[in-house]
Amino acid sequence: MLDDFVVRAFLAGAALALAAAPLGCFIVWRRMAYFGDAIAHASLLGVAISLAFSMSTFFGVVLVTVMLAYFLGILSGKLYAMDTLLGVASHVSLALGLVAVSKISGVRLDLAAYLFGDILTVTRTDIAIIAAGAALVIALLVWRWVPLLTTTLSPDMATARGFDARKEQMVLLVTLALLVAVAIKIVGALLITSVLIIPAAAARPLSRTPEQMAVVAAIAGLVSVALGLALSVYSDTPTGPSIVVVAGLLFLLANVVSSFVEQRRRQQNRSLPKDA
Amino acid sequence: MQKLIDARQLTIQYGNEKVLEHIDFSISEREIVTIVGPNGSGKSTLLRVLIGALSPDAGTLNRRAGLRMGYVPQRLSFDSNLPMNVKRFLSLGSKRGNAFNSSWEKRINIEHLLNHQIRHLSGGQLQRVLLAQALMDDPHLLILDEATQGLDQIGEASFYRLIEELRNERGCAVLLVSHDLHVVMSASDRVVCLNGHVCCEGTPTIVSEAPEYRALFGHGTEGALALYRHDHDHDHDHDHDHDHSHSSGSSEGHSHAG
Repeated sequence: MLDDFVVRAFLAGAALALAAAPLGCFIVWRRMAYFGDAIAHASLLGVAISLAFSMSTFFGVVLVTVMLAYFLGILSGKLYAMDTLLGVASHVSLALGLVAVSKISGVRLDLAAYLFGDILTVTRTDIAIIAAGAALVIALLVWRWVPLLTTTLSPDMATARGFDARKEQMVLLVTLALLVAVAIKIVGALLITSVLIIPAAAARPLSRTPEQMAVVAAIAGLVSVALGLALSVYSDTPTGPSIVVVAGLLFLLANVVSSFVEQRRRQQNRSLPKDA
Repeated sequence: MQKLIDARQLTIQYGNEKVLEHIDFSISEREIVTIVGPNGSGKSTLLRVLIGALSPDAGTLNRRAGLRMGYVPQRLSFDSNLPMNVKRFLSLGSKRGNAFNSSWEKRINIEHLLNHQIRHLSGGQLQRVLLAQALMDDPHLLILDEATQGLDQIGEASFYRLIEELRNERGCAVLLVSHDLHVVMSASDRVVCLNGHVCCEGTPTIVSEAPEYRALFGHGTEGALALYRHDHDHDHDHDHDHDHSHSSGSSEGHSHAG
């Protein structure tokens, strides 16, 4: 028999995995992993602000991450290279978050829960918020799918054909901010990027179209959540990291399988002319 | 003839450095314009302004209402993490469905590539696929940034003939950029020499049948290439590295005082 909290944890994790899969593909295709990190780290500052003004964590995190995404969008390409800017933003916002959290009086905050997630304590209300956030992320990505793909392939070619590369970039950043707000409760600020990138990377060698890659990434994400949760419950390991470890194993497996298949295919190709 | 793009007094700067200054540029329906200039002369920057990827710091830029453009960048680094075959790439985001028909796929010689993954294409194959992609929406204006880079003279000549056929049959204007200062597409209606500013504008000289010219332009190019005589006699600051051989006396016979 499954305990109620395990079911709740799985539902929350599954919603996150489904939304993270297509978004993670774009993060991988656009080489935005650093961006994901910066926004995820800034979410801790959002948590601190939410507590200070006693509002919902979800809205505090969305507020801070969207603002950061917007400023990064404006500053990028001016004086500093993007990775420098992101390195500064990422760590300053994390440090600022830690400082702010320590200064909030009257609240004893379980910092570890926000850094590494606490999926086993999600309530029914949390699940509702997470599911709504995930649905919004998926809806945004489905709605903008073709323009996002086109501007990902080449922003300039897309611009010439009448697409608005900057607008699509903003859509993606807002989507990312939403996902981070949803994910912080489940995997924590430090591991959010891994939920985005690892399933997408695992799906890459098994896919021949962008849509296939998103679907396979979703499956990999779901399997990671289920097995990671099981691992955590039966061997008493921290849940968020357990999910990431399983995802890492799937990544390894996908690459081993695909290189094996590739090798077989090459051998068959080589032996064909002799048979003929 | 109606102007597709009309730009006046464009200035672009990166930081404090002015890359382009006081550029007047226009292109009309069915016109073929070649922009030449040394490396770092702002050719690619100008193209990016014309397609709308960069906004000018000063000046005005007017595009004809409803103008459809196709653009082929100088190089494209596809992220190998994005799985996609050529067929899907060509139809992706196309707003006019089947404007591009299979006879052109054959003429651009990409028919056999349709089911290939983009990341497996060679440089030349990718260039042809990019050209096909730029033609998908049946553009009024086709913009090519150093499209013949890496081709030999015969390859270059046949590419130019293809572009000319495109103009003649589909009626699109063509804007080409080339780093070759002297040998240009002979079908160019106008050549613009750029080096931060417009140095000169003119028409190419069709290469005569004289054997020395034939030797210079190679055999089998069937007149697709022509000479451009620069009509400016000032020298540029040669503090950037390029092979802009203005003062070399030049067997190619352009009229530089150097």
